[in-house]
Amino acid sequence: MNLFSRQAAPYLIYLVGGIALPVLFPNYMFQFTVLWVMILLAVTWDILGGQMGYNSLGNIFFFGAGMYVCAVTQIGLYYDVAEYTASFGAVKVDFTADQYYTGLFLGILAAGFSCIFFAIVFGWVVFGLRGPYFAIGTLGVALAAGELVGAWDYVGGGGGVSLPVYPGEPDDRAAFFYILNFVLAVAAFLAARGVYRGRFGLAINAIRDDEEKAEGMGIHTKRYKTIGWAISAFFVGMSGALFGNMIGFIEPLEIAFPTVTFGIFMVVMCLLGGKGTLWGPVIGATVFHAFKEVTWTYMLGWQWVALGTLIIVNVVFFQQGIMGWMQETWPEKFGLVVDDGLAAEETDLEVSR
Amino acid sequence: MIDRWIGNIDLLVIAPVLNIQLLLDGVFVGAIFALAAYGMALVWGVMNVKNLAQGDFVIMGGYIAYVLTLQGIHPIFGLPIAMVVMFIFGWGVYRVIISRVINKDMFTSLLATFGLALVVQQLLNLAFGPEVQVAESHFEINSIFDGLVTVANIKVISLFLAAVLAILIVSFMKYSRMGQAIRATAQDPRAAMVMGIDTERIYAFTFALNAAICGAAGALISMIWVIQPFFGIGHSIRSFVIVTAAGLGNLPGVIVTGLGLGVAELYGGFVLGAELQQFTVVGLLVGVLVWRQIQQKRHRQVVQ
Repeated sequence: MNLFSRQAAPYLIYLVGGIALPVLFPNYMFQFTVLWVMILLAVTWDILGGQMGYNSLGNIFFFGAGMYVCAVTQIGLYYDVAEYTASFGAVKVDFTADQYYTGLFLGILAAGFSCIFFAIVFGWVVFGLRGPYFAIGTLGVALAAGELVGAWDYVGGGGGVSLPVYPGEPDDRAAFFYILNFVLAVAAFLAARGVYRGRFGLAINAIRDDEEKAEGMGIHTKRYKTIGWAISAFFVGMSGALFGNMIGFIEPLEIAFPTVTFGIFMVVMCLLGGKGTLWGPVIGATVFHAFKEVTWTYMLGWQWVALGTLIIVNVVFFQQGIMGWMQETWPEKFGLVVDDGLAAEETDLEVSR
Repeated sequence: MIDRWIGNIDLLVIAPVLNIQLLLDGVFVGAIFALAAYGMALVWGVMNVKNLAQGDFVIMGGYIAYVLTLQGIHPIFGLPIAMVVMFIFGWGVYRVIISRVINKDMFTSLLATFGLALVVQQLLNLAFGPEVQVAESHFEINSIFDGLVTVANIKVISLFLAAVLAILIVSFMKYSRMGQAIRATAQDPRAAMVMGIDTERIYAFTFALNAAICGAAGALISMIWVIQPFFGIGHSIRSFVIVTAAGLGNLPGVIVTGLGLGVAELYGGFVLGAELQQFTVVGLLVGVLVWRQIQQKRHRQVVQ
């Protein structure tokens, strides 16, 4: 197998699998849909966390923000939002098929673009922070947003909002959201692949390796950081909008801003797959999702303990991740050239630290 | 919503006695926050590990005191036992996890301790369930100002105990051989090693000491407030806010910020409503980080 076909293999596996699996196992459609959500979250996290070295714990903020922006758009186009959320449960509001699709389409777009706006605003606040301060600061933003939305009556407060009902059969609904999530995840992957290839990828890698030197070389670090964050935010926001509609009911702490579940999962998935690589997050998300589903099914009650242990073992003993480990073991299969002199020098450096 | 907030502020102006209640309670819990934050600053300063499991250690100490209360041991005597148990636990955690991430980048230790936090809180949840618990001290509750302000005796005792512990720890760090070695390691681990200090042992001891401090803080929290398996992250964030605002190795700063945070949190809960009390803490965290950044902006030159 030459290098080209080896590179094409994962694309084929995921594309064929993505189309064939839900057809073959329609009962697991929901799990497959969530898998694509996970892949999207991991890929977009890796733009900052892996390639730029800014480990955010608050990307989930955009997930919830997108979800709520989409919900408000969907409802606000045809009804008064405050009235709708206040009469929660009492008044059943019907949306026609036309209204539903228009609302969903516009809502997803609004979610994506408003998240770009949020990314720019919050980028201004958090990008002055470095290292652990950045991680904790972004975590704080996500937690604060969840608490704040929970107290905001206009969007339903802690009670949440139920979204317009899909006008059609339940099976069609599952397939509809599967396709949308699949397309969105592929788009996010291709976008990430596209930006890593060009000058932008080199610039954010330079920021990861040494931000001061990158600045010294005339790279507008702040601009690159904000753009990188805006790209993740755009996709995560749209994904949140889709996810909210798929669940059908949104609520601030468990679904919209699940900081300690999805917010941490995306980091763990990237670490598991190998952060800073193109395919690492995708593979990590797949393995992680399988692990999660298995533990949730067979170890109920202990699933969180298993998850915490996985994080610790992953971070402590297997930091390079699956892709990193494969690249270390068979560098020639990835077309990587190992310079022994350089490697030896690096080991010296490690020792002298 | 805003009307309600203004109404609550009016209430504080009309009945100034309420302020005294809030201030007193804020100081009582704030002293404990400061204790846990000091432990975090210690570990952070000595080995550059940001312990996100700090709050879960606190809650763990609280549950140790709670379990001892069920066995008929008064929580005040449970406190030293919680400290000893947590010291051993901290030593074990250092050996198994922390010693392996100490030389890696900072995010690694952050995530590793986060995983630890997850394991601890879930194990506590499996063992004790998600109900809110209190270690009952059966002490009297005093009223002052004609019964408008209540002060439980246990709160006064806990403040006193926190102060005693703080003095003990600080004098230990200052005068004992071990304390000096810890401070030397914090300043320059390499030089300390050359001077014959076993830095690995110092790290293990420091982490264990931090866990013991958390155990004491948790026992106090379980006496005067409530404990619940998932309250850990709140305590971690509080410690982080205090350390970030006060800086490392600034003991008076940690105490003042800790008390201030306790008061601010109670005021936030009173004025904004109980559902936003947690938000006050997180909001303060974001606020402190933004403020630090504005403060440091003049020292930094950025390509624009």
